[in-house]
Amino acid sequence: MKILVPVKRVVDYNVKVRVKSDGTGVETAGVKMSMNPFDEIGIEEAVRLKEKGVATEIVAVSMGVAACAETIRTALAMGADRGILVETDADLQPLAVAKLMKALVDKEQPGLVILGKQAIDDDMSATGQMLAALLGWAQGTFASKVTIDGDKMEVIREVDGGLETVSLNLPAIITTDLRLNEPRYASLPNIMKARKKPIDNVKPEDLGVDVTPRLTVVSVAEPPKRQAGVKVGSVAELVAKLRTEAKVI
Amino acid sequence: MGVLVLLDHEAGIIKQPSRSAIAAATKLGEVHALVAGHGVQAAAAAAAKLPGVAKVLLADAPDYAHAMAEPMTALLVSLAPGYSHLLAATTAIGKNIMPRVAALLDCQPISDISGVVDADTFVRPIYAGNAMATVKSSDAKKVITVRAASFDPVAAEGGSAPIEAIAAVASPEISRFISAELSKSERPELTAARVVISGGRGMQNGDNFALLDPIADALGAAVGASRAAVDAGFVPNDYQVGQTGKIVAPDLYIAVGISGAIQHLAGMKDSKVIVAINKDEEAPIFSVADYGLVADLFVALPEFAAELKKA
Repeated sequence: MKILVPVKRVVDYNVKVRVKSDGTGVETAGVKMSMNPFDEIGIEEAVRLKEKGVATEIVAVSMGVAACAETIRTALAMGADRGILVETDADLQPLAVAKLMKALVDKEQPGLVILGKQAIDDDMSATGQMLAALLGWAQGTFASKVTIDGDKMEVIREVDGGLETVSLNLPAIITTDLRLNEPRYASLPNIMKARKKPIDNVKPEDLGVDVTPRLTVVSVAEPPKRQAGVKVGSVAELVAKLRTEAKVI
Repeated sequence: MGVLVLLDHEAGIIKQPSRSAIAAATKLGEVHALVAGHGVQAAAAAAAKLPGVAKVLLADAPDYAHAMAEPMTALLVSLAPGYSHLLAATTAIGKNIMPRVAALLDCQPISDISGVVDADTFVRPIYAGNAMATVKSSDAKKVITVRAASFDPVAAEGGSAPIEAIAAVASPEISRFISAELSKSERPELTAARVVISGGRGMQNGDNFALLDPIADALGAAVGASRAAVDAGFVPNDYQVGQTGKIVAPDLYIAVGISGAIQHLAGMKDSKVIVAINKDEEAPIFSVADYGLVADLFVALPEFAAELKKA
C-alpha cells in the first residue's frame, strides 16, 4: 500500500511569534521554520507501517514556497521514499490544500493519507477532514492508535470524553494526535541518503486547482496581554486572597 | 436565511460549549438548532428550552447514534441550502464534522472563532493564541466552529421553540463505531467548570494527582493536566489543557507543577483568575498568574486542602 503524507513548513513550535507592526500578519522573516509537529507524527506512523510490511511506498508532499523542499527533505530523512513539492507563492488555505491533495491522490492512488490533526500556525484543524470529504473516504481524526487489517482499519481516536474506537473502510484518511507515536530523529546517514531521493516539482495550475483564498486577513493583532500578578508567601495568604480579594472561592 | 447550529448533547443535556455556540449564532440571524442522535427526544426538548433558539430540528436515527462524521456530514449538507451559516462548538464532534461539511459545500471553514464582527467577518486565534486574526470570508455560506471559552453560554432554560422531526439522510457505510472508553468522573467537565485545577510534570506520577482531589472536591473543580503530564501517562488524554487539547476559561484556574509552555498557556490564559504553584520561581507560568506561590507542591497541596476546610 502506498501512503501519502502532506508535511507543512511552519514557524518552529519553540518560537514566540511576533505580530508585525503594520498588523498584516506575524513576522516570519529570519524565523526558524520546521515541519509541523503533527506531520512529523504522520511521517513516523507511515514509516512504522512500512517497517511492519503494511506500506510499500511513502510519498511526502509539501505545498508552498520553494523552501518547502527542505521540509520534504526532513521527511525523506525520516524514511519517506520520495517527495512532491507543489510550488506556489500563493497563500494556501485548507480548502485549496485539500483540493490539491485530492488531485495528487487521484494521480498516485494511495491506500491511505496521513495528515497532522492541525498545523500549529493557523490552528485550523481542517485539511484532513476536507480531503476525506472530497474523496468520499472515511476519516479517522485525532488518531492515537491505528491498526490496519486487510481492507479495513481500526482507529482509536482522542475525543473530549476519552477514547473512541472506529472501523474505517480503506482507502481512508487519518489525522494524527499527539499520542500516536514519538517521531524519530533522522540519523546522519539517512540525512545523506535523503539528498539522493527524488522530489517532483509541480504547480497548482498543473493540477488544475484554483487556489484563490476564500478568507481575507483583515488584520492581525496582539492578544490582550496578561499582567503578572503578585507572589504570595504562604498557602494561607493565597486562600485569603482568593476569598477576599479575587472573590472566586 | 438563518443560522443552523449543530449541538453536542449527552444523556438529554445540551453540552455547555454548544450553548456558547448558540450565543455566537444569535449575533448572525435566526437560530435553528440541530439535535442528531438515536433516542434523543430528551435532548431535543432541552434544546427547545435554550433562549435564542427559534426552532429545533430533530434527526433521530441509528445512523446518528455516535455522531460519526460521515453520516452527520450528509445530514448537514442536506440542510445547508436553508441557511447562511452553519455552526458548531469547537469540540471533538464539531472539529470532526464541520470541515467535512465545508468541503462538500466548497467553503473554507472558519475554525474556532473567538469573536463575531459581522456576518462575513470573524476573529480567531492563530499561533496558539499568540495572535488574533480578523478574517473576512467570501464564501456564500460560512461554516464555523466556535471557541466556547470566548462566548458566555446562553442559559439552559427560558425558551420554548417548536421541535420539527426530520428524516435521516442516506450516506454510504464506510465507517463504523466500535466502542468508546470514556473517563468516568463525578466532577464537572473541563470546558464547563467554574474552577479548574491542573497538574503538570511536577506531579511526578499519576498517583500524586490524588493530591488535587480534596481541593477539587472543596471547590467543585474539574481536574486537568498539561501535555507533559498526559504524554508521561500520569492521566488520560481527555485531561489535556492547551493549544492542541481543551481550551478553558474558568473563573479560577490553578496550575500546579506546570512550568507554563506557550502551548499550555494557549489553553488557559483567558481564565479570569490564575493561580500558579511551582517550586521554580523562574517558571513562565508566573508571568500570567494573578497569584503565584513558590513552593513544593507536595507540601502546599495538603496545606491548601486543609485551609479550604477552615470556613
